[in-house]
Amino acid sequence: MDGFLVQIINGLQYGLLLFLISSGLTLIFGVMGVINLAHGSLFMIGAYLAYVVAGITGDFWLAPPAAIVGGLGFGAVLERVLFQRFRNREHLDQVLLTFALILLFEEARASLVGNEFHAVAVPALLDFSVPVVGGFAYSAYRIAVLGICLLVAAGMVLFLGRTRVGASIRAAAENPEMVDLLGIDARLIHTLVFAAGTALAMLAGALAAPLQSVYPGMGDSILIASFIVVVIGGLGSVGGAFWAALLVGLIDTLGQVYFPQIAGIAVCGLMALVLSWRPTGLFSRA
Amino acid sequence: MPSISRRSILAGASGSVITAALATPAIAQGVPLKIGLMLPFSGTFAALGEAIASAFDLHLKELDGKMGGRPVELVRVDDESNPAKAPSLVNRLLGRDKVDALVGTVHSGVVMALVQAAREQQLPLIIPNAGNVAATRELCAPSVFRSSFSNWQPAYGMGKALAAKGVKKAAWVTWDYAAGKESGDGFGDGLRSGGAELTKVLTLPFPETNFQPILAQLPGLGVEAVGAFFAGGGAIQFVKDYAAAGLREKLPLCGSGFLTEGVLKPQGAAAEGLQTALHYGDGIDNPKNIAFRAAFKSFSTHDADVYAVQGYDAAQMLAVGLAATKGDASAVKDFAAAIRAATIDSPRGAFTVSASHNPIQTIWLREARNGENRVVGPAVEALADPGTGCTMT
Repeated sequence: MDGFLVQIINGLQYGLLLFLISSGLTLIFGVMGVINLAHGSLFMIGAYLAYVVAGITGDFWLAPPAAIVGGLGFGAVLERVLFQRFRNREHLDQVLLTFALILLFEEARASLVGNEFHAVAVPALLDFSVPVVGGFAYSAYRIAVLGICLLVAAGMVLFLGRTRVGASIRAAAENPEMVDLLGIDARLIHTLVFAAGTALAMLAGALAAPLQSVYPGMGDSILIASFIVVVIGGLGSVGGAFWAALLVGLIDTLGQVYFPQIAGIAVCGLMALVLSWRPTGLFSRA
Repeated sequence: MPSISRRSILAGASGSVITAALATPAIAQGVPLKIGLMLPFSGTFAALGEAIASAFDLHLKELDGKMGGRPVELVRVDDESNPAKAPSLVNRLLGRDKVDALVGTVHSGVVMALVQAAREQQLPLIIPNAGNVAATRELCAPSVFRSSFSNWQPAYGMGKALAAKGVKKAAWVTWDYAAGKESGDGFGDGLRSGGAELTKVLTLPFPETNFQPILAQLPGLGVEAVGAFFAGGGAIQFVKDYAAAGLREKLPLCGSGFLTEGVLKPQGAAAEGLQTALHYGDGIDNPKNIAFRAAFKSFSTHDADVYAVQGYDAAQMLAVGLAATKGDASAVKDFAAAIRAATIDSPRGAFTVSASHNPIQTIWLREARNGENRVVGPAVEALADPGTGCTMT
């Protein structure tokens, strides 16, 4: 059973990384009503940013702050320049916009850094392993990522639950009309939410770079998993995204280990089950 | 991105019909022989394509630019390792450029378009890398030869070497795609040839790199060693994760040579001492290899690697076949008979080809030391691919 414990840690670690990505995705949908297909590309951009920053400065630790700062700025610009103009358009137009962004980001990546697969070295400080159980050791960096993800999740809970801005965001996610009626500046909230979502996705990418290397299309599979998390958790619910991310991480990992034949569809099966039981997701209040 | 109009595809298609109709031209000694060199010169495998092309050029230079008495004109095409573009590129080589023979390529998906064209048009084709077994099994053809390896071969050598060390049970880890599966078959056959067995195959989808769930299963499998097939970036990540999981001491890792080919530097200490098997390695002590490595270095400024050897031997095989037909590439029967009868003096060690046109070669056991894959000794000598399902017509 030693192996089981390790697989639980693997699942939690994957789930927490998924949470970083899907929390932004669910907020952007909840507040802005936009289905952002380019969210996986933002994850990829964060990973390539880490590769470039670590390569130039030789210090990986500059990459996560760079991803957060760069993500906030990049997200704010994207929202002001593009998404704001699409605010009153149909969903299909918005989806097309985000799909176009995927193509743009992929081409930009190809011409700026090429199509190669790059390994990013684990920072020297954490380049050792901690023996866990059953002759299996866990890389210290993996444990650090687990901790950072938990910190970010706790920070989000505090921010959304205890601050005025956080309350406005929750209100906007759950009842946009009410926010307009209350005279809160919805435009500012939109920009803030999109910038934060972008920063979270890019942070996740930067943290994941030493764990899974960087390569073209690395955002695709994570985007699908993140959408499943958002749907299971309930559209717009950050708390829902948290528990759903852990659930998806565990089911996916344990499925790969114990039922490899159906590993690919285990998570989709879970989504189908949840939807048939609670069509609006586990934590939706609607 | 070059745009492909419907018209250009039609032109290519009709062009190849015309080539087929005029398939028996009179061979004048002075008329240049056109060879289509279809390789990846951009994208993931660009470095491999360059090494193959440089080594091909090197041998051509040694032959004073002639094969079978005719001056050779090379037509280089960049296939970008993109299978979707392959058929139209092949059509262009045949239709517009009217090449007499083909050499290519690296990617297993792209090579299928070349094999298909060579089969249909009875055109000489030398494959300088792509190891998908089908090209010299079910889809073998009289005019198609390989100067490289079948995916089955290196892994067979590794399995056999492992069994010779006394390992009784081993597991195989790879991506869930053709090259991974074919190598796994070779690894299992190699183990069985020495009385050992392959008890577990673990896969993950290509090109995913979340190896953790697989690595955590390994200690509980009751095996004594683990073999793997990964290449490029996946190989870097897998070897590093394997070491970080603390598995190296308890479960020795080994693999098909591509696990450490061209990626030893980024793998660093995690790869030190790792054993792999391949048809080439560093420090093969024969005069041909020493001469080739020096010549290649001064010709291309790069150090020779396995891809350069395969490109060089592709040129050697083509030259042998064309010499027998005095430069007539359409005399496929004589062309093939000459290569089948020849011993190719390769830097990897001399080899002949099997009935299905794949090299019968030594698979070397190598050990990663200070950034080199040093040859330890032969894992298996004169190994031929089984060639199952090949019937030449």
